[in-house]
Amino acid sequence: MPDMVSNLSGGGHLPSRVRDHFRTAEQQRESEMLGMWIFLATEVMFFGALFVAFTVYRTGYPQAFGAGSADMNIVLGSINTAILITSSLTMALAVHASEVGNQRWLQVLLVLTMLLGCVFLAIKGVEYYQHYLDHKMPAVWFEYSGADGSKVQMFFVFYFFMTGLHALHMLVGIGVLLVILGRSLAGSFSAEYHTPVAVAALYWSFVDIIWVFLFAIFYLQGLHVMR
Amino acid sequence: MTTPQAPPAAPSHIDYLSERQGIWPWLLTTDHKRIGLLYTASITGFFFIGGFFALLMRLHLLEPKGALFGLETYNKLFTMHGIIMVWFFLIPSIPGTLGNFLIPMMIGAKDLAFPKLNLASWYVFMTGGIVTLYSMLRGGVDTGWTFYVPFSTTYSTAYVAGAAIGIFIAGFSSIMTGLNFIVTIHRMRAPGMTWFRMPIFLWSMYATSLVLVLATPVLAITLLMVIFERLFRVGIFDPSLGGDPVLFQHMFWFYSHPAVYIMILPAMAVISEIIPTFSRKPIFGYTAVAYSSLGIAVVGFLVWGHHMFVAGLSVYSAMAFSFLSYLVAIPSAIKVFNWTATMVKGSVSWDTPMLYAIGFLGLFTIGGMTGLFLAALGIDVHVTDTYFVVAHFHYIMVGGAVMGYLGGVHYWWPKISGKMYPEGLARLSALIVFIGFNLTFFPQFILGYLGMPRRYAAYPDEFQFLHVLSTAGATILGVGYILPLCYLIWSWKYGKPAGRNPWRATGLEWQTSSPPPSHNFEVTPVCTHPAYDFEGMKEELELA
Repeated sequence: MPDMVSNLSGGGHLPSRVRDHFRTAEQQRESEMLGMWIFLATEVMFFGALFVAFTVYRTGYPQAFGAGSADMNIVLGSINTAILITSSLTMALAVHASEVGNQRWLQVLLVLTMLLGCVFLAIKGVEYYQHYLDHKMPAVWFEYSGADGSKVQMFFVFYFFMTGLHALHMLVGIGVLLVILGRSLAGSFSAEYHTPVAVAALYWSFVDIIWVFLFAIFYLQGLHVMR
Repeated sequence: MTTPQAPPAAPSHIDYLSERQGIWPWLLTTDHKRIGLLYTASITGFFFIGGFFALLMRLHLLEPKGALFGLETYNKLFTMHGIIMVWFFLIPSIPGTLGNFLIPMMIGAKDLAFPKLNLASWYVFMTGGIVTLYSMLRGGVDTGWTFYVPFSTTYSTAYVAGAAIGIFIAGFSSIMTGLNFIVTIHRMRAPGMTWFRMPIFLWSMYATSLVLVLATPVLAITLLMVIFERLFRVGIFDPSLGGDPVLFQHMFWFYSHPAVYIMILPAMAVISEIIPTFSRKPIFGYTAVAYSSLGIAVVGFLVWGHHMFVAGLSVYSAMAFSFLSYLVAIPSAIKVFNWTATMVKGSVSWDTPMLYAIGFLGLFTIGGMTGLFLAALGIDVHVTDTYFVVAHFHYIMVGGAVMGYLGGVHYWWPKISGKMYPEGLARLSALIVFIGFNLTFFPQFILGYLGMPRRYAAYPDEFQFLHVLSTAGATILGVGYILPLCYLIWSWKYGKPAGRNPWRATGLEWQTSSPPPSHNFEVTPVCTHPAYDFEGMKEELELA
C-alpha cells in the first residue's frame, strides 16, 4: 500500500510522467524497481545454470580445466576487472547525480560509464583474437597437443559461451545507458523523477558482478599451473 | 490513500470490446483484457494443432503393427504433440488468458504493472510459436519433447535446432508474464486489498509466477547449450567429447518438473474460485490453501530427480528425491481436502463450471496418487517409460490443467464476453469430456502396468483391445473439445446478456460491468470484505 507521506501526486492530478494505470508516482517507482529486481533474479538463474555446469566439469576434469585456464591472459583480465568495477563506481555516482537533480553530472558520468564499458569490450576482443591466434577457439580453430584435448576444448567452450553471453549483456547495458542519456538530454529527469537511472544502474551493477565471478573461475584457477 | 481519485475522463459505458475496433487497435493494445483474448485465440489454435497430432497417433495405434505411419513419422508426431502442448498450450494457457484477464480486476487495478511488457510477451510467444511450427513444417523433430542428449545434439537429423530456438524464444514470454504478475500482485492492489483478503486465485497465480521466473531461465540456457553444441559440433553434453548426458537431464528437469506446477497451479487457482461460488460458502481453511500454493512452488523445485531414477542416480540421491517427491503430496492433499470440505453442507449447484471443478477433483486425485506410485523407487523402476507414466501425467495435465482451464473459461465467460453460454449444451460437453478423457487414459494405466513402453509405434497383439479403447476415448474427447469451441463462439454473438454478476460471486471482478470498461472500474474500488464473504455481502449479491 502506498503511504501518504511519499505520495508525490499532489492534489489528485498526477504528473504526466506517471502512467495512467498507476495511482501514485510512488507506486510506479516501486513497481519499476521491483520489476528490475525480479528480472535480475531470472538472470541469476540464467547464469547460475552455466556456473553449475561449469563446476560439474571442472570438478570432473581438474587437470584439463587447469591447463585451459593457464592460457588466459591474467594481465588483461585483471585490467578488465578493474575497469568494470570502476564503471560500477561511475554508475553509482550517476545515480547520486540523478537524485540531486544534477543533469550535467549525470550525463558526464553516464558517458564515462559507457566509455569504460566499451574499453572493457575492446580488451575482451583483443583477448579473443589472441585465443584465435593460439588456435584455442573451439569450432573455428582448436589445437591442443596434450592428452586431454576434448576436455581442454570444453573449458574453452564454456569460456567463450559464458564471456560471450556476458559481453552480450554489456552491449545491452550500453544500449540502455544510451537511452537513459538521451532521456536526460531531453529533460525527462529531475530531482523528483529519476527511477529509470536507478533501474538501469541495478542492471549495470549486476552485469559487473557476473564478471567478477567469471574472472575468478576462468582466470584465477590456472595461476598455479603457470608458476 | 487519501488522494481523491481524479474523475474518469469520459464517464461512459463503452466496454473494452467495443471501444476501438479494427485490427490495429487489437494488435497494438496494452489492455490486459484484450491481450488475454489474443492469448486465448493463439493457444486455442495451438491446442487443436497439438490435439490433431495426438489424434493421428491414436489412429495409428489402432493396429498392433501400426495403421498409418512409418516409424520416423511416428517419432515426429509424439514429439510435436509434446512440444506444442507443453510450451505453446499448457504453460501459457491459464496465466496468459485468464491470468491476464483477471489479475488486475481481482485486485482492483486498472491494468498490470507493465502493460507494454505484457503486449511484448504475446509477440515473443507468437514468434517462438511460428519458429517452432516452421521447423515442424520443414520436416519436424524426432527427439521427444525432452530433447535428450546426445541424440538431440549429435545423432538426430531432424530440425532440432529450429524447434529448440522456438522454445527458447517462447521462454522469454513466460518470464515476462511471471515478472509482470509478481510486480502487479505486490504493488497494484486496491486500497483495502490486503494479502489475506486476496482471492485464492491470486495466491496460486503468484506461486505460478515465482516458478515461471525462476525455472524458465534454466531451460533457456540448457536449450541454448544444446543448440550451441549442435550447430558448432563442440562438446558440452556429448559423452564422446567428455560431456555428461546426465547433467543435461538434471538441468532439463530442473525446469521441466517445476513446469508441471506452472501447469497445475493455475488450474488450482481456478478451482479455488469455482468451488466456493457454487457452494455458497467461503473456502475452507483459506490460510492453509493460500500457503499450500507457495508450498507446492517451493517443494516443486526440489524433486526433479524422480524423472531420473533409472538414469544412473546414486542410491542416496534417489532416496532423497523420492522422499521429497512424497512431500509434494502434502500441500496438494491440503488443497483437495479443503475444496471437498468447502462443499460439505454448502448449497451446491451443478452449473457447468462446477461440473468441471468436480471432474478436476476426481481426476487430479487419481493423477496425484499415481504420482506417488512413481515416486516410490521400486515401482518406478517397473513402470519407467511405460504408458503408466503417460497416463499419470495426462491425468494431471489434461484431467487437471485442461479441465481447470475449461471450467475457468466457462465461469468467467459471462465477464469476458458479456454473454451467457448455452447451459444445457455446456453440461453435456463437460460430461463428454469427462467420459472421453477417462476412456482415453485409464486403459493406459493398465497398458503401462502390463509393460507397454511409451513412444513405441507398434505393440504385441494382446494389447490391441486396450489401445482401441483408448483411441475410441480420444475421439469422444475430441468431440468434447470441439463442442465448447462452437457454442462459445456462437454465444459471443447470440448468447443472452449476462449482467454484472450472474453467479452471485464475491470477487471484485464481478462488481464491474460485463464486459468491463477499458480501465476495469469507473472508480478505483475499495476492498472492504475478506475473500468469499458470501454472508457479509449477502445484500449486494441479492441485488445482482
